[in-house]
Amino acid sequence: METIRKHLNLLSLFAVLYLAFLYVPVLLLPLFSFNDNIYVTLPFKGFTLKWYSNLLANSGLQSALWASVKVGVGVAVFSTFLGLLAARAMTRYRLPFRRSLYALIMLPLVIPYMVIGVSTLVILRRGFDMDLSLWTVGASHVLITVPLSMLVLMARMEGFDRSLEEASRDLGDTAWRSFRRVTLPLVMPGIVSSLLLCFITSFDEYLLAFFLAGSEATLPIFIFSSLRFPSKIPDVLALGSLILMVSIVLVVFAEWLRRRGVSGSDSSVI
Amino acid sequence: MNTQTATNPAVGDAALSARPEWLDGLWLIVPTLLIVIGMMVVPLVGIVVVSFWTQTGFNIEATWTLDNYRVLFTPEGALYRILIVKSLWMSLTATIAVVLLAYPMAYFMAFRIERAKLIWIILLTVPFWTSYLLRIFAWKVILGFNGVINSGLKAVGLIDKPLEFLLYNPTSVTITLAHAWAAYAVLPIYVSLEKIDRSYLEAATDLGDSKWKRFWRITFPLSLPGTIAAILLVFIPTVGDYITPTLVGGTSGIMIGNSIVTQFGKANNAPLGAALSCIMMLAITLAVCAFLAAIGRKRLKAADL
Amino acid sequence: MTQPTIPRPMISLQSVSKRFGSFVAVDAATFDIAPGEFFSLLGPSGCGKTTLLRMIGGFERQSEGDILIDGESMGIRPPNQRPTNMVFQSYAIFPHLDIAENIAYGLVNRDLDKATIAKKVAQALEMVRLEGLGNRRTNQISGGQRQRVALARAIVCEPKVLLLDEPLGALDKKLREEMQIELRQLQKSLGITFIFVTHDQEEALSLSDRIAVMARGKVLQIDTATSLYERPNCREVAGFIGNMNFFEGRIASIANGVAAVEIGPGQHVRVSAGSGSAPGQAAIVAVRPEKIDAGATQPQGNGAATANVIKARALAGSYLGDRSLVLAEWREGTAPISVSLQNRKTLATASPGSIAGTDSVATGAPIWITWPIEAGVLLNS
Repeated sequence: METIRKHLNLLSLFAVLYLAFLYVPVLLLPLFSFNDNIYVTLPFKGFTLKWYSNLLANSGLQSALWASVKVGVGVAVFSTFLGLLAARAMTRYRLPFRRSLYALIMLPLVIPYMVIGVSTLVILRRGFDMDLSLWTVGASHVLITVPLSMLVLMARMEGFDRSLEEASRDLGDTAWRSFRRVTLPLVMPGIVSSLLLCFITSFDEYLLAFFLAGSEATLPIFIFSSLRFPSKIPDVLALGSLILMVSIVLVVFAEWLRRRGVSGSDSSVI
Repeated sequence: MNTQTATNPAVGDAALSARPEWLDGLWLIVPTLLIVIGMMVVPLVGIVVVSFWTQTGFNIEATWTLDNYRVLFTPEGALYRILIVKSLWMSLTATIAVVLLAYPMAYFMAFRIERAKLIWIILLTVPFWTSYLLRIFAWKVILGFNGVINSGLKAVGLIDKPLEFLLYNPTSVTITLAHAWAAYAVLPIYVSLEKIDRSYLEAATDLGDSKWKRFWRITFPLSLPGTIAAILLVFIPTVGDYITPTLVGGTSGIMIGNSIVTQFGKANNAPLGAALSCIMMLAITLAVCAFLAAIGRKRLKAADL
Repeated sequence: MTQPTIPRPMISLQSVSKRFGSFVAVDAATFDIAPGEFFSLLGPSGCGKTTLLRMIGGFERQSEGDILIDGESMGIRPPNQRPTNMVFQSYAIFPHLDIAENIAYGLVNRDLDKATIAKKVAQALEMVRLEGLGNRRTNQISGGQRQRVALARAIVCEPKVLLLDEPLGALDKKLREEMQIELRQLQKSLGITFIFVTHDQEEALSLSDRIAVMARGKVLQIDTATSLYERPNCREVAGFIGNMNFFEGRIASIANGVAAVEIGPGQHVRVSAGSGSAPGQAAIVAVRPEKIDAGATQPQGNGAATANVIKARALAGSYLGDRSLVLAEWREGTAPISVSLQNRKTLATASPGSIAGTDSVATGAPIWITWPIEAGVLLNS
C-alpha cells in the first residue's frame, strides 16, 4: 500500500512538472505582452496596454493576419470537403488498392515540409512558370491538411452503424437526401474538428508559406521577419496572446458543441 | 452522369456488371488524389530531376550531371556531410527526449486519471494552439543573453555576467524541439495505452507478475504502436526543421534545412538545393527503415503497423 | 427441388446469384413467395440468407438474375425505389432523432401534410404499444422497445414486403418469445408479406408459413414447418432442424413401397420408399429421437409400432422432467442412437419394462429400440 501511494505521487508530481514545462514558456508571452519595455527581458518595468493598441495601427500585421485568415478558412473548407468525400470512399466502398491509396494520401504527413516546399517551388517556378501567391500557399496547405481531415472523418464514419444509412435509403431517401438527413448530422462533430484542425494547421504554417507566398506575407511570415527586429516584437507578442485566447475559446466552444451534439436534440434535419 | 440508369433504374442484367460499385467510391476519392499527385508526386519527381541538372549563373540548365551529388564527397562538401549527420543526430536526441518525457505523462493520463480525461487532453493541447514561431521564440526569451534565466539569476545575485552557453547551440535546439513537439508524442502513446484492456493487467498480476514486470511484459509491448507512431511523428519533421535552428540554434546549431534554404535563396543554386533535399529524404528513409528493422518484423506485426 | 407454383407471387427470385470475388454467397436462388406469406430464410451464419435478403431490399446488387416484386422487375433499383422496407439486425434507430421522428422518417419522403404524418406516427406507436413514448430519445428506451420502433418505422411506410434481418437476435429469451407472438399477430392483421431471416430453427418453425433452408449459398428445401421436420429432403436439412438419428446403409429390397435397408450385418430397417429408390442404392434412414421407443425388455409380437427393432446397450440416460433422453450404442463405430421418451406416466404407474419416467438408466444394460415404418425417412446418400 505504501509503495503504491509513493508510486502514484511520483507520477502525479511528474505530470504536474510536465504541464509546467509545457505552459511556462507559452504563458511568458502574454506576460511580456503587458510589460512596458520594448525589450523582452526581466525585470518587469510596468503594466501597459500600448502593444495591444499598437496592433490597430500596424497595417503590415493586419494585412498578414487577413491573408492568413483567408488562406486558413479556404483551406479548412476545401480540405474538409475533400476529406469528407475521401473518408466516405475509404469507409463505404470496396476500393481496389485501398491500402495503397490510403498510404499515398497520408504520405504528405511524413515528408518534411522543407522538401514539399522546395519541390513545389521548383515545379511551379521552373516547371510551369507560375506566379507565386496566396493561392499557391493554399494549394500546398490543402495537401498537408487533407490527410488530417480524412483521418478525423474516417474515425467518425467508422464510429457509426452502416445500417443507419441503409435504413434511410430503405425508408425512401435518395442517396443525396440520405447523406443530408443521416450521414451529415452524425458526422457533424467530425466536420467541426476537421475544420478547426485544418484551419489551425494552415494558419500556423511557416515553411510552405515562406517558399510559396510570393509578395503577400501570411501571419507566420510576418511574425518570423518581426522576430529579427526587437522593436517589433512586443506587437507580435500582443497578437500571439490574442490568438492564444481566441484559440482557447474556440477549443472550449467546439468541445461544448460536441457534447451537446451527443446528447442534445436536433430536429432540424427533418 | 448516366441518365439512362437515372430515369430507368430497372435495367437488365447487362448494366449490372457494366458498372462495378467501387467506381462510385473512386469518383469520391479522385479530387483528393489529384491534389496529392499535383502537389506532391509531380513536385517530388521534379525535384529529383532538377537535382541532376546544372546551375549556370542565374539559369538552370537541363544538362544532366552528377556533380550535385559528387560534391558531397569532396572536401568542399564536408559542410553538408556534417550538417546531415548533425541534423539526424539532433532530431534523434530531441525525439528520444520528447518520447521519454511524454511516456510517463501518457501513462499518467491513461491509468491514473479516472474521470475528466478530456480535461487533461485539452490541458495538454492548449499550449499548442499558439503560434509555433512564438513557442520557439519563447525559449529565446527564457534562454537568451538578457533572458528570463539570466536576468533572474542576476537579480538573485548568483551570477554577475549572463551565462552565454544557454542559447545558440545544439542543446538549446534539442530542448526547444522537445517542448514544441510534446503533444505529438503524448497523444498517440496515450491512445494506445488507453486501448489496453485492463483485464490483461489483472491477468498478468494474477499469474504472478510484479508491477514492474507487468509493465515490461504487458503494458509496454501493447503500447508499441503508439510509441512507434510518436517516434516517427517527431523524428521525421524535425530533421528538416528550419525555424528552430534559425531562432535558437545560432551558428553551431544550424541544420541541413538552413543549408537547403540558402541554396534556394542567397547561394542561388537550386540543383544543389534539390540534391540536398533528396539526400535528406533518403537519409530520413534509411534512418526510419533502420529503426523499424531494429524493432523487428515480429513485433511490428503484433503492433499492426 | 420441387415446389408448388404460385399463381401471382409477391416475390419471384429468378436464379439470383451473388459472388464476392470467387466466393459464391448466393447460388442461383429461384423461388416464389406468395402475397401475405410469412416466409423465413433459415440457415447457419454465412449461408447467404442475409445476402439474399439484402439483395431483395436493394442493399446488395445481385451478380446475376433478377428479382420481381409484385410482377415488377427490380433490376438494380436502389432501396428507396423498391416497395420493401427493412427491420435491421442492429435496428438502425437514428440516434440524432427522437422516437416519433424516427417513425416519421419514411413518411417525410411522401407528399403528406404534417397532420397526416403525426396521425400515422401516433397509430404506429399504438400498434407497437409504445403510446406516449414519441418524444423519448433513442438512448432512453430498452432493447425490446428499440425493436418495436424499428418495426413501426418500417410498417408505417406500408411496404408490400417487410424484410426482417434477425430482428429478435439481440433480445433475451423471454422477450424474444413474446415478440414472436406479437410479430405473428401483426403480420396476420396487416396481411403484409414478411421475409424473415433467422438462424434459430425453433423461431422459424413457430412463426413461418414456409421456410427456405439454406447452406453454403444454396437453397436446400422450401416447405412448411411440418414438412421440413417430418419430410426433410436431404441429410443437411434433417440434421439442421431438430435432432435426428442417421443410419447409413444400402437398400436390400423394395416391396409395396417399403424399402428394407441393411444398416449393419444382418440388421435391416424398413422405411417408406419414394419412386426414385431402387435396390442396391446406398441410402440413409433418418429417424427423430421422439419417434423412437425404448424398453428394457425385448418387445413381443409383430405390431406396427415395433416394425423396426434394434438391440442396443444403454450408454447414458438423463432425466429432463418432461422427457428422458437415452443414448444407446447398437454397433461399435457408429453414432449412438438418441431416444427421447415422453414422461407421460408417473413413476408409480409406469409399465414394467418401460424406461420412460425412470430417473436413471443403468449404463451397459441391454435395451430394445423400436419404431414404426412411417417414423423413418429415406434419404439419398
